[in-house]
Amino acid sequence: MTQQTAPAVVEMTGISVEFPPVRALDGVDFRLRPGEIHALMGENGAGKSTLIKALTGIHSPTAGTILVDGVERRFTGPADARAHGVSTVYQEVNLCENLTVAENIMLGAEPRLLGGLHWPAMRRQAASHLERMGLSIDPSSSLGSHSLAVQQLVAICRATVSDCKVLILDEPTSSLDTDEVAHLFTVMRALRDDGVAILFVSHFLDQIYEVSDRMTVLRNGALVGEYATADLPAAELVQHMIGRSMEVLEAAEEVVEHAERPAAATPLLQVVGLGRKGSVQPFDLDLYEGEVVGLAGLLGSGRTELARLLTGADRADVGQTRVSGQTTRLRTPRAAMGHGIAYTSEDRKGEGVVDGLTVRENIVLALQARRGWMRPLPRKQVDELVASYIQQLGIRPADPEALLRNLSGGNQQKVLLARWLATAPQLLVLDEPTRGIDVGAKAEIQKLVADLAAEGMSVVFISAELEEVLRISHRIAVMRDRRKVAEIDGGRATMDQVVDLIAGGGTA
Amino acid sequence: MTKLLRHHLFWPVAALVVLLVANTVARPSFLAITVRDGHLFGAPIDILRTTAPLLLVALGMTLVIATRGIDLSVGAVVAVSGAVALSHLASSPNPDSPVTVLTAVGLALALCLVLGVWNGFLVSVLGIQPIIATLILMTAGRGVAMLITGGMITTVNSGPFKTLGSGFWLGLPVAAVIAFGVFAVVAFVVRRTALGMLLEATGINPAASRLSGVRSKTLTWTVYTASGLFAGLAGLLISADTMAADANNAGLFIELDAILAVVIGGTALSGGKFNLSGTLVGALVIATLERTVTVLGISPLVTPLFMALVVIVVTLLQSPRMRERLASATRRPTPPSEPQPAARPDSTEVKAR
Repeated sequence: MTQQTAPAVVEMTGISVEFPPVRALDGVDFRLRPGEIHALMGENGAGKSTLIKALTGIHSPTAGTILVDGVERRFTGPADARAHGVSTVYQEVNLCENLTVAENIMLGAEPRLLGGLHWPAMRRQAASHLERMGLSIDPSSSLGSHSLAVQQLVAICRATVSDCKVLILDEPTSSLDTDEVAHLFTVMRALRDDGVAILFVSHFLDQIYEVSDRMTVLRNGALVGEYATADLPAAELVQHMIGRSMEVLEAAEEVVEHAERPAAATPLLQVVGLGRKGSVQPFDLDLYEGEVVGLAGLLGSGRTELARLLTGADRADVGQTRVSGQTTRLRTPRAAMGHGIAYTSEDRKGEGVVDGLTVRENIVLALQARRGWMRPLPRKQVDELVASYIQQLGIRPADPEALLRNLSGGNQQKVLLARWLATAPQLLVLDEPTRGIDVGAKAEIQKLVADLAAEGMSVVFISAELEEVLRISHRIAVMRDRRKVAEIDGGRATMDQVVDLIAGGGTA
Repeated sequence: MTKLLRHHLFWPVAALVVLLVANTVARPSFLAITVRDGHLFGAPIDILRTTAPLLLVALGMTLVIATRGIDLSVGAVVAVSGAVALSHLASSPNPDSPVTVLTAVGLALALCLVLGVWNGFLVSVLGIQPIIATLILMTAGRGVAMLITGGMITTVNSGPFKTLGSGFWLGLPVAAVIAFGVFAVVAFVVRRTALGMLLEATGINPAASRLSGVRSKTLTWTVYTASGLFAGLAGLLISADTMAADANNAGLFIELDAILAVVIGGTALSGGKFNLSGTLVGALVIATLERTVTVLGISPLVTPLFMALVVIVVTLLQSPRMRERLASATRRPTPPSEPQPAARPDSTEVKAR
């Protein structure tokens, strides 16, 4: 390691955290110095979140010591941590949308006047905090009126209000576009130059390389090592993270084979002029067996809305749906399931996982719901089914009785996939199945999608990551402003071509 | 030891044992059961009998709470049930005939079923918050009961009907046999079929359940209907015990006792995972507590206060935070902290789609 200028502001030694029977962290050391941006790297379930939560007092370590500014600390919770200069900004914005920007920024540090709140001072101080970060946001506007990106920046601004020595940013960029990320990085660098120690978690490797000075890599709850970013090439980093070579990733690169489909084939699902007021303009789409159709478009372009109409999650008010040539109406998800159509929502937490139930229960949920409550699946069959999916998809921990809320995001996503695969669908609509999960799991899911299509399943694949859509789709439907604007051959499409279509320049 | 402490039934069972011990100390013959005229007699048998109606109401309440709901109307439904049955008996020329009694029982249960369907309709179809939806019937129900009885306390004599409340079967109180029997059947059905899991999924994440093809609306509707039916049955047991239909006081506050039984039994009001065996113990704790008040000779003036204190202690011991503290006090190193409070809307909030 190179010479260390400043003593560490956070020094964690031998940290272990257990959720019996799972050992989430096993004797991990971690050091954070003032004036550095330190990336915490690892796959889903590697223990990144657990380490952060151990630091901020949400989890209490079963072993190890935590020194903050040389003093041993066990924070009782995020508020206590914050009072000692350790602030956290989470992936999901934890602010009050119904309050103003100023109120959100100053919450907990409100200027007082005669026992009440000093409103003018609050606005003034909030404005100066915003200005310091180079943000031009009206402090008296309501937070809910801003985009998620702005809310994220406000959350960071809020974290720097109290005397902040350590700023933890857990996946702050997952919902931001390129310009917003650039702005965030400017803010981060300014804070770093002020001497703040920043702990940064992101799944985007290019971002890590762009902004971080140093990184700590975790794998399966154990420390792999600490590196200076400049000394560690990306390929090596990925190897450290997944503990295996890039083969899996490369395998996923070449998944698509462009076999010509028979000209006379009937589409599995054919929709004509399907639409819904205020949601998505009428569109046509044919889906064939053995084919992956990618949906590309910006957030809010109607990708999700289209998927929801295809799968009965929302009811269409115009248009026709034909399943294998038969005209039907998919009024509910249940009706769609009856036709072998499965849909996983982009909102994993809100519309996907049932976090208080076990892995086993989550996997059999859709299958059991289809059979009805009176015909329970025999326990033996359930156990075999669940064991086979845990093994096939590599769900960890490999414990059918683990509560789903104790699984990492990527593993929760795999459980959701298992839930739908168990129903043996003909058409699988995946809305952002790889969002917020790590490289390894992402590659596994892409590979799985390709394999499923090769076995004859029809797949609709939605992702904000264009590369991913290009890589695995046979055909790509492009969405813009709640309309389907083009449909292109996935094999011949180039990135630039799709970007043009999304931006409104090109023609189909 | 820790494992035992962490068992979900530990604290409710401990509370029950403590109450029984306290009673036995105050009155050594408390647990004695004697045989008189071929029937079992004694305080424990009495407790079983008085538990019966509460157990039935709490059974329905547990299922409703599992779906994130609550049913405040059960007390009123108890009153309606008694009013219907006794009014029918009173107006019949031959209240002792089994046919009349069966008709009375059938009428009462049918009406209560309809009331349950009404609640379910408000909650699952119209999407009204359960606490508001059932509040409607909580107040209106007593009015209905009043209309049926004409504002009088209807009293009748009917041998077969009285058997429901105070008769014996194979030496055991009929009321207890009915309530525990129904409870056992329902518990068996819920856990041996997929009903329990689907109810829990609905309670934990209604949106995800819907997308997974769970008929959440139908399930929700069904549990309110069941709750109405069980409350109706409880109303029959109560009115058969007193042989009087009192529209104002029959089943008064039984909804609160039932909610309490559910909570003491370890089912969270936020819905999801539920625990019928816990509810059973919870109902027994409440019935034993009422008995304890008389055995210990506690003045009626302080009775509510005494009961409140016991309830506070038991529910505190049942709370996840307290259990965690106790468990960590008995074991080092510290167990994992609670999972983060999942962002979940208020327990009584049900969104209409």
